[in-house]
Amino acid sequence: MALLRRKSRKVPGILAAFAHLDAAADAVRALRARGHRDLVVYTASPNHEIEEALDHKVSPVRLFTLIGGLTGCAAGFGMTIWMSYDWPTLVGGKTIGSIPPYVVIAFELTILLGALSTVAGVALFSVLFGKRGIAFDPRFSDDMIGIFVPTRPEQLGPTEDLLKAAGAVEVRHEAA
Amino acid sequence: MAAVTRPAPHRPVEPTTGPELELTQTHAEVTRDVVATLGPPGRGYLLLLFSAVGLFLVGLITFAILVKDGLGHAGYTPPIFWSVYITTFVFWIGIGHAGTLISAILFLFRSPWRTAVYRSTEAMTVFAVMTAGLFPIIHIGRQWIFYWLLPYPNQRFLWPNFKSPLLWDVFAISTYLTVSTTFLVFGLIPDVAAVRDKVTGWRRSVYALTAVGWQGTDNQWRHYNRAYLYLAALATPLVLSVHSVVSWDFASALVPGWHGTIFAPYFVAGAIYSGLGMVLTLIIPLRRALKIEHMITEYHFDNLAKLTLLTGSILFYAYAMEYFIAWYSGNTFEQTTFFRRAFGPQWWAGWTMIICNPFVSQLLWFRKIRTNLTALFVISIFVNIGMWFERYVIIVSSLSNDFIPWAWGILNPTWADWGILAGSFGWFGMWFLLFAKNFPIVAVQEIKEMIPMPRKRGGHH
Repeated sequence: MALLRRKSRKVPGILAAFAHLDAAADAVRALRARGHRDLVVYTASPNHEIEEALDHKVSPVRLFTLIGGLTGCAAGFGMTIWMSYDWPTLVGGKTIGSIPPYVVIAFELTILLGALSTVAGVALFSVLFGKRGIAFDPRFSDDMIGIFVPTRPEQLGPTEDLLKAAGAVEVRHEAA
Repeated sequence: MAAVTRPAPHRPVEPTTGPELELTQTHAEVTRDVVATLGPPGRGYLLLLFSAVGLFLVGLITFAILVKDGLGHAGYTPPIFWSVYITTFVFWIGIGHAGTLISAILFLFRSPWRTAVYRSTEAMTVFAVMTAGLFPIIHIGRQWIFYWLLPYPNQRFLWPNFKSPLLWDVFAISTYLTVSTTFLVFGLIPDVAAVRDKVTGWRRSVYALTAVGWQGTDNQWRHYNRAYLYLAALATPLVLSVHSVVSWDFASALVPGWHGTIFAPYFVAGAIYSGLGMVLTLIIPLRRALKIEHMITEYHFDNLAKLTLLTGSILFYAYAMEYFIAWYSGNTFEQTTFFRRAFGPQWWAGWTMIICNPFVSQLLWFRKIRTNLTALFVISIFVNIGMWFERYVIIVSSLSNDFIPWAWGILNPTWADWGILAGSFGWFGMWFLLFAKNFPIVAVQEIKEMIPMPRKRGGHH
């Protein structure tokens, strides 16, 4: 991801730092009210107030979990039944393709593929569909909240005023 | 950027009557304290690390001799062909369970006390399962063809027998190791990014690579949170299933002492109990060595001890039921097996298990003991010893007196058994210590999530 980002062009805009949670949430709400839909908010830990202000849809990662889990379950039953009949060995008149013992294998593969595809989903949405070239400050992983607003030059002034009015402790212009 | 005047930190401490969670730090202090644990190692740490590496080398040399000469050194004698290696395999698999219980199950239950301890228990899980995974390979004798265990056709295109619990075990353990490692690494990403933004030089480059570009954007958190929830939801049934599958290695056989329907819940409770014992053994000295006593407090130990008491009491019930059913069934073979566990040639192993597990755990009814770290550490050592002996008793004593008395036999563990056992502790300790010094042993972002951020208008969300 870091390697991919390095090659991408910087996005022009304004980067603001907030020390107070309510101030940052106010800024997000105000920016969205003005029609900014592509802003990026940085936090050191997930925060419900910011999530509510951003009003995101539920992550589609859950589909990856479902599809991975179902694939694992089908693969578990498919593999065991197919392998049993590929070389049938009749022992004591018992069923060759016996479902109950295969439930264990199917269960384990459901969990395995469900988990791996969940992580693959996060990687996909963060790397391929994530925003690139946006400004970042190391303090956002410590104790500050950051908001980056991609802005055209003529909108710089009003956006900066809005962020300062909301309570930003620092505001920085990012050139392309 | 210009200098920032930081607001006074919010300190939500309420008066309490017992050990409670006290979140008295600011976000910046949490990062600082966790990054400080990754500093240059002290003499105590190096001593522990070299001891672990030394033990590992003992195991490695023993293993080399076993590969060269064969398993004859390991004291395998008819009728006992599952002995110390399978005992130790079950022991290490069990250790891992407490980690997943704390990291996944308590996450779904929203238990606040898990936050400070779950990273170390998760790491313990991964390294314990890594250690356990070595034992079936050591035990099979011809280690170079271990891949025959996998669903891989031989030259006659014959597939493995999926009706065998041993093959279920291969799938269960492989899945458990993969999912536990994924869960650990996934949870580490935001914390490693926090470390990346604090350190300099080559360490920054290494942590930057490990953080895979994490910046904590709203988009990243949105997907991360959802994925973490699902990983926890997937790991929860997994932890219950893995030791159930391990128990079926025994329970699906007809051997007296193994053939019990109680085995799956009995093994799961025992696994969590043994894992909690190991968590206490590891965390009590670790918090002092890494100077994080203010993060892992009496509150956490009190809760860990309560869980130990709960699982120890379930074991008490299971042990009592085993003896009761052996008597009540009227089955001579069961009755003989359980009589010999207590009064047979290896009575000392049977009584070690009974004293260390159900009885010692009952001391944790007393809060004074639950919050006394010296007492807890001593109890945790008893738990470790007791749970190893539990598996030894189940495996060895049952095999030693099968259905036909003339085929009975006794196993005396040899130097090769003890060498491999010591090596497994060294291998596990080495990885755990290396992890604790190189990665955040306390979950930075989850601790921060619990500490309300300062607000301009006062109060908290």
